[in-house]
Amino acid sequence: MSVEYGLTLTLLAFMLLAAWALARSDDLLAAVMLAGIISLASAAVFTVMDAVDVAFTEAAVGAGVATLLSVRALGVLGERRAAGRARVGLPFLVVLVCGGLLLYGTADLPAYGDPAAPAMQHVAPHYLARGGVETGVPNIVTAVLASYRGFDTFGELVVIFTAGLGVLTLLAGSGVSGARSEVDAGDRDIIVRQVVKWLVPFVLLFALYVQFHGDYGPGGGFQAGVIFAAGMVLYALTFGLPRLERVLPPSRLRLLAATGVWLYGGVGVACLLRGGAFLDYAVLAEDAVDGQHLGILLVELGVGLTVFSVMVLIYRAFTRQRHGGVE
Amino acid sequence: MNGVAHAWLIVALMMSGLYIVMASAHLFKKLIGLSVFQVSVFMLYISLGVVEGAAPPIVEPGVDAYSNPLPHVLILTAIVVGIATMALALALLVRIRRAYGTLDEAALAAKDEDA
Repeated sequence: MSVEYGLTLTLLAFMLLAAWALARSDDLLAAVMLAGIISLASAAVFTVMDAVDVAFTEAAVGAGVATLLSVRALGVLGERRAAGRARVGLPFLVVLVCGGLLLYGTADLPAYGDPAAPAMQHVAPHYLARGGVETGVPNIVTAVLASYRGFDTFGELVVIFTAGLGVLTLLAGSGVSGARSEVDAGDRDIIVRQVVKWLVPFVLLFALYVQFHGDYGPGGGFQAGVIFAAGMVLYALTFGLPRLERVLPPSRLRLLAATGVWLYGGVGVACLLRGGAFLDYAVLAEDAVDGQHLGILLVELGVGLTVFSVMVLIYRAFTRQRHGGVE
Repeated sequence: MNGVAHAWLIVALMMSGLYIVMASAHLFKKLIGLSVFQVSVFMLYISLGVVEGAAPPIVEPGVDAYSNPLPHVLILTAIVVGIATMALALALLVRIRRAYGTLDEAALAAKDEDA
């Protein structure tokens, strides 16, 4: 057994422990924190499994933004405990049967790290051998994401945009209208304010690096969008939402969210107009590889814009809700 | 020699998530269980693309073995879509709480019967 495999198993056992505590706890805040721990541990598992882009995303999204949103939502809901014991018997039986079947299925799985596994037989060798040459992008994950499977990614981006619209629609009209101390003031602690003031520019700079260096290293529009949003949310948490809204009015964020989708689709239409297929970037420049590189850069920018603005809009929508209570 | 023990542990984690979804009476707790389930599906998927001793799929001169990039792409986008749909679910919970005054499954059903 290799060291890496041992590390994976240890991390998984640790996550199981956290899940066990999660199932037993009635405290909802503790549940959110345990889910965050599981998420962060899974980011470590992804790193061990060579999925650096995924680890990056999971750490920023699962452990970061998801935890923050859940805590915000808990505050709005005004719920603290999951009282009321529900069924135990039937769910346990279902889990036992379902888990048993899945364990039976693992007998047919290839061993961990097997280079001859079925998943390595089809398109993957082509991507790895030709991806860098055909797209001019050494990070094959970025090449597959934005070019080979660009159609897929466009769909995912529209899903994120639509989910953002859904959140804004569901939470519209029930926000606080006047000034509210928590929304206005943010954190009054001088140490927090000073540290955040110095930290935010570097967070934003790092997000830009992740955005534009995603061709050569781990990163890309999805991660950059989330990190940029995290920087803005950190600013809003410390200095209050009104300060953030002076820099980024919600109307501008909504425009940016649509612009990202529009940019992605626009690149596709530009390909059509230049005589290629939808999202076939090769026709965008004289040289096919230059065209691919340009197309990937543009659609990643579209992804980054939409993900960033949808994340900030969702955070804003939850933050502006009245806390607790019934309508 | 590596085996499939990682898959057993991932299945166990997946089932804990499923158990929380079914056994918990509180809608918010169910949502947390669902996210645990989601993370374990992601790990099972990524584990299928691992190649022992290989490098992450970023092409470099002098390296000839890489892990499979395809699962990474699919899961990367799924994670970001996951947070967007989770936010949608949280927004729905906010509306349910406003309309019913509770997030307890039994209490919600009782209020629906009354209406």
